[in-house]
Amino acid sequence: MSPQQPLPVNSIARAAPAAGAPRKAVALISGGLDSMLAAKVMLEQGIHVEGINFYTGFCVEGHTHAIRNHEHAKPKRNNALWTAEQLGIKLHIIEVIEEYKDVVINPKHGYGANLNPCLDCKGFMVRKAREWMEKNDFDFIITGEVLGQRPMSQRRDTMPVVARESGAFDRLLRPLCAKLLPETLPEREGWVDRSKLLDFNGRSRKPQMRLAAQYGFTDYAQPAGGCCFLTNEQYSHKLADLWSTRGTKQYELDDIMLLKVGRHLRPRPNFKMIVGRDEGENNFLEGYRKRFVHLHATSHEGPLVLIDGSANEDDLELAARLTARFGKGREAESVTLTVTDMQGNNREFKVVPMPANEIPPEWYL
Amino acid sequence: MSHFVLDARYLLCPMPVIRTQNRIAELAPGDTLEVHATDPGALHDIPAWCRVHGHEVVSVTNADKKISITLRVGGAA
Ligand code: SF4
Repeated sequence: MSPQQPLPVNSIARAAPAAGAPRKAVALISGGLDSMLAAKVMLEQGIHVEGINFYTGFCVEGHTHAIRNHEHAKPKRNNALWTAEQLGIKLHIIEVIEEYKDVVINPKHGYGANLNPCLDCKGFMVRKAREWMEKNDFDFIITGEVLGQRPMSQRRDTMPVVARESGAFDRLLRPLCAKLLPETLPEREGWVDRSKLLDFNGRSRKPQMRLAAQYGFTDYAQPAGGCCFLTNEQYSHKLADLWSTRGTKQYELDDIMLLKVGRHLRPRPNFKMIVGRDEGENNFLEGYRKRFVHLHATSHEGPLVLIDGSANEDDLELAARLTARFGKGREAESVTLTVTDMQGNNREFKVVPMPANEIPPEWYL
Repeated sequence: MSHFVLDARYLLCPMPVIRTQNRIAELAPGDTLEVHATDPGALHDIPAWCRVHGHEVVSVTNADKKISITLRVGGAA
């Protein structure tokens, strides 16, 4: 389908609102600037806007800020909620952890530069927004997408794919680049004024920043790569390692949470180590102690380390030497550690910390 | 008008606010909901969520890593 052809029509009939009542749009709110601007453009046109935000488990939002100790501890906030508050709109946060697995594991359109299935993901989120729209009697959906901004999901030829596969069709409006796209239902019906929509195009952020200044938005979040950890190279590498060592492309929420935390090392194919990097991470890993063999130094301060996989005697010794390496006893002649198995039985190890130059870089995931 | 309790302990953000939202959807205006949580992010997220939805935060306590936030459900949606 050529992008200039009009989109197929979303056939869901919806009663006209009572006289004088505004049309209603549900806005995908990521917490970034673009979706904030898109919602604002609609509010300026007198549309009733409510936000929707999806929690997939991979989101950068929330807990990761809490897990690590930040020296310059910024007040932690949920950017999507913050955005909604700035806009004065409601925000509905929808948990989609289970449903989202299929998007990550079997993306029809494949992955981007890392394990980010952006095109399938956009289609999924707009579909969920469409379902929400139908259930709540809203009229259309808006997103902060900008033509040509993202290599995969925001191309001229992929934008109709999202509209089609989500079933939103011409009820999906992208206010920031609508002028470059075929007319949608809200424009055709005169609910919104097409001439006041925008024509942002390409990777430059300047037009967005100008518009933000015009609306008086400061202090907005500027996610670098994307809205989730799947765009992060190191994170994707760890997820790929998890799949290949388990021999199956599956995950549970705990798996993907643990990939966000600590230093991950795989010294042997049969096990990897998750090493807390600071007190916040150690506290977080504490919560998983009962489900993993774990180690910590007793003669010196040091991290809590979880062993993922099965480790024999030699492996445990190696893990102990590495654990010693990451603690305050790294230069000591020997370090004493406790290894605890999943039944809670403790054993003591006394080891020589492994010198840094003996750790092959490829052990780091 | 009734009082309800929601256990959101040991859940990481944004799960406590999602559970709060879903529970409140079942309650009536004027009802109160007491949310227990352990993730300090809840101290920020739950009041922020209440502000955008027009629910009242009646009290917040945070003692010994045990967080308790009591909300009053706002007027007829
Ligand atoms: S960056 Fe992540 S959340 Fe954003 S579209 Fe891509 S896969 Fe989806």
